[in-house]
Amino acid sequence: CGSDNLINCMTGCLLHGRYHEMAPNIVPMDYTKDPDVKLPIQLIINMPELKENPFKERIVEAFSEDGDGNLSFNDFVDMFSVLSEMAPRELKAIYAFKIYDFNTDNFICKSDLEKTLNKLTREELTAEEITLVCEKVIEEADMDGDGKLAFADFENMISKAPDFLRYKNCLKNYQMFFLYIFCSSWKDDGLAKC
Amino acid sequence: MNDSDGESEAGEAASGKKKRDKKASSKDQKEAENKEKQTNKKGKEQDKKQKKSPAESSSSSSASNSSDEESLSEEELTRLKEQVEEKKKLISTMRNKPWRMVKKLALLREAQAFVEKFEGALGKGKGKKFYAYKMMMAKKWVKFKRDFDNFKTQCIPWEMKIKEVESHFGSSVASYFIFLRWMYGVNLVLFGLIFGLVIIPEILMGIPYGSIPRKTVPRAEQATAMDFSVLWDFEGYIKYSALFYGYYNNQRTIGWLKYRLPMAYFMVGVSVFGYSLMVVIRSMARNANENTGDGDDNNFTFSWKMFTSWDYLIGNPETADNKFASITTSFKESIVDEQESNKDENIHLRRFLRVLANVLIICCLCGSGYLIYFVVKRSQTFSKMQNIGWYERNEVEIVMSLLGMFCPPLFETIAALEEYHPRIGLKWQLGRIFALFLGNLYTFLLALMDDVNEKLTEEVVIKNITHWTLLNYYNSSAMNDSAVTLPPMDPADMPRGPCWETTVGIEFVRLTVSDILVTYVTILVGDFIRACFVRFVNYCWCWDLEAGFPSYAEFDISGNVLGLIFNQGMIWMGSFYAPGLVGINVLRLLTSMYFQCWAVMSSNVPHERVFKASKSNNFYMGLLLLILFLSLLPVAYTIMSLPPSFDCGPFSGKKKMYDVIQETIKQDFPLFVAKIFSYVANPGLIIPAVLLMVLAIYYLNAVAEAYQHANTELKKKMQLQRDEEKNKRNNKATTSSAVQDLDDLLVPSAKSESQPKPTEGKTYERDFCHSSGQLHLYFPSVGPANTPTLRLPRARHAFLSPCAQVSPS
Repeated sequence: CGSDNLINCMTGCLLHGRYHEMAPNIVPMDYTKDPDVKLPIQLIINMPELKENPFKERIVEAFSEDGDGNLSFNDFVDMFSVLSEMAPRELKAIYAFKIYDFNTDNFICKSDLEKTLNKLTREELTAEEITLVCEKVIEEADMDGDGKLAFADFENMISKAPDFLRYKNCLKNYQMFFLYIFCSSWKDDGLAKC
Repeated sequence: MNDSDGESEAGEAASGKKKRDKKASSKDQKEAENKEKQTNKKGKEQDKKQKKSPAESSSSSSASNSSDEESLSEEELTRLKEQVEEKKKLISTMRNKPWRMVKKLALLREAQAFVEKFEGALGKGKGKKFYAYKMMMAKKWVKFKRDFDNFKTQCIPWEMKIKEVESHFGSSVASYFIFLRWMYGVNLVLFGLIFGLVIIPEILMGIPYGSIPRKTVPRAEQATAMDFSVLWDFEGYIKYSALFYGYYNNQRTIGWLKYRLPMAYFMVGVSVFGYSLMVVIRSMARNANENTGDGDDNNFTFSWKMFTSWDYLIGNPETADNKFASITTSFKESIVDEQESNKDENIHLRRFLRVLANVLIICCLCGSGYLIYFVVKRSQTFSKMQNIGWYERNEVEIVMSLLGMFCPPLFETIAALEEYHPRIGLKWQLGRIFALFLGNLYTFLLALMDDVNEKLTEEVVIKNITHWTLLNYYNSSAMNDSAVTLPPMDPADMPRGPCWETTVGIEFVRLTVSDILVTYVTILVGDFIRACFVRFVNYCWCWDLEAGFPSYAEFDISGNVLGLIFNQGMIWMGSFYAPGLVGINVLRLLTSMYFQCWAVMSSNVPHERVFKASKSNNFYMGLLLLILFLSLLPVAYTIMSLPPSFDCGPFSGKKKMYDVIQETIKQDFPLFVAKIFSYVANPGLIIPAVLLMVLAIYYLNAVAEAYQHANTELKKKMQLQRDEEKNKRNNKATTSSAVQDLDDLLVPSAKSESQPKPTEGKTYERDFCHSSGQLHLYFPSVGPANTPTLRLPRARHAFLSPCAQVSPS
């Protein structure tokens, strides 16, 4: 366990370093006083890990407290920990649902599906193809017949997917062994230890 | 007992921690990290702990505990050990548990403290170090395995290239390149076998060039032996080199290693076929395995594509572009599949058109077959005439090339009548072109056999001549000067037999080389030049070249696959007579990969209807197997029945080529081995063995069919369950026809009672039992609404005693 925590510390420092370098003027090096600093969404979606992701805005919005993409450091660490390899599947499913729910009404409706599809294919499909795919998705996954996907439907479908967990929903750059537990302890002078 | 004290203290400490709020517990967490970060200096830790508040109770107890180790009994030790193991497991799996942060932190703290305290007690210090060492090695091993797996994946050649092609052109085009890569691997192994066991020993340990007649260019040809045109035809110095059969000497052993070259040559020839057969069949079996392995994945195709296809690891813009293209292509493929299954059809018209198309194509095939036969007959009469022009000499090749060029597009246009799904249409196209190319093969082999027979008759004549020449040479010398013995005749002057094996080998090599050239030129002109033309001349042309004729070429999957398969057939046929042929093929496949990848990416456009490749490659493998057998037959025939040339090759002087085996057994193995072999070769033993194998095949076939039957039954059951669940959720009445029929039989009052109440989660069985006492029906039962997992055991239980079921738990 000793080496794990060492790595925790290191990754924590790395993360804080990354957070800091995005806006050195705003982000303090010392977090003992628990400063209330939030970075705007524009800075975060330019990170190399997220830059090429078609859902980058939605990801950042899903982890921000107010839903408009401004992340405090805790949210930042939260985001990386959920996206890491080590986060459990149930948690990933919850956040995936949040990400794909564009209009934040706790349902993935047809328009959400259309937006998702357009982002995935960079709008290369024709309108009829898009309607066909969205209808097929609703037909396959919707269990209660209301024409949109509730979280239960989504979870049911994603739990059977072979690819969902393995490296497809993870960011590999940060090998966070125990980060999930670690994130809240940054409230105190975690930096002084590193 | 002290340990119980320790435990209660730890319990107190743990519960105390649990009461605290998040901030303080994180402080403890930090302390724990602090403590563990430093090396195992227990004293220092204890000091630190004593400074902070409640954590010290556990450490002081651990201090007191260590003094009491001796008083721990055996069972307590094992019990403690188990507990420690449990806590350790909890710590290592903590990250996967979906609990709230506070809970996790508290449990972690407790577990770590427990482990700290008692591990030392158990291991008495040294044990702990060893345990830590073991843990570290285990972790390193896991990491090493993972890195090695990653490395292995990276080592697969051309993976990125093929992925790029796949993302732009779809999986069916990529399947051709995967097939090409697989062939390259097989050829590489064959090349290693032949090169290492036949060619290298001959070059290193055999007698050198020029020492015996078979290794020397005859006097008459020496003047032109180095000319490029002669070399291009594989005559001259190339003909008398280790690349061809004729070069090898028939000495039983060569060199200081006593390497048995003729035996090795024979065995390598046989094992080339054996290995190829094994590899093809293993590949087919593996594909069949994967095919039946899936069960469930047709249900959520589009959903999974939409939600799980993006790869979050992508950080590179080019890779992202490829990924977008591949996702789009994949969606298009599935859409094509979906549309095909939705098309409504006029069955009769379609059937009529398909029959018509097949009739037309069979006519074409018969016509081309007859044409080939006619042309071959004519060429045989031509070869007997004297002044034949260039056209007559090459008529056969010209006709074959023309057929190969025009028939496939003709088949494709006729096949447009059939309106198959593109995947199936591809298979038909492949089959038809295969039949066409078989005619090709037939003429080639026929010509070759004629040649061989001719050479065999010639050989008898030359044998006589050689004999007399030698006799005269020595006689004349004897007459002139009896004292001096003349040196043996210069090898270049010896009259040489026609050596049909080398001729056959040369034919195959020539065919392969011309095939390579034709393919590359076709790609260059048909794809690249055409693309350049369309792109650049479009500006000053009357109609839109890109949209109309000729436009950009699509990648011709069937033509390329068949070309590859037939090429491999040629290699298999020719490798016995020209060991160097496999090396040429390896080079060809290597350059082909790069050249064709480049050509596809630069000059081709994706198919209009991009379709998914079939899940298994078994169709290609099946064709390959067929060709393997077809190419085994001529080689086996020549080995078994034709006599080897008398003055060239490793089997010269023997009556039949396989005599080398008998010779080896007699001379090199102990006596009883020869006896065993003679018994084994007895027909009385072989026929029962063959019978036994046939019976085994029949039995295995029956077993496989039974398994498949069981598989389909299970699938049907699962589908039924799923449908029932779905209907339950949708508050719909059941769609199962059997249940619907039964529904009608029910009395109306019973029916109202047995309306499905999905919100309560009751089972159907209960309702039916209450209403219609004796009715024991099989119904799938549904648990709570959120767990739609398969419930076969419960269903079975329900079937046995439906009324006993009280609550769905």
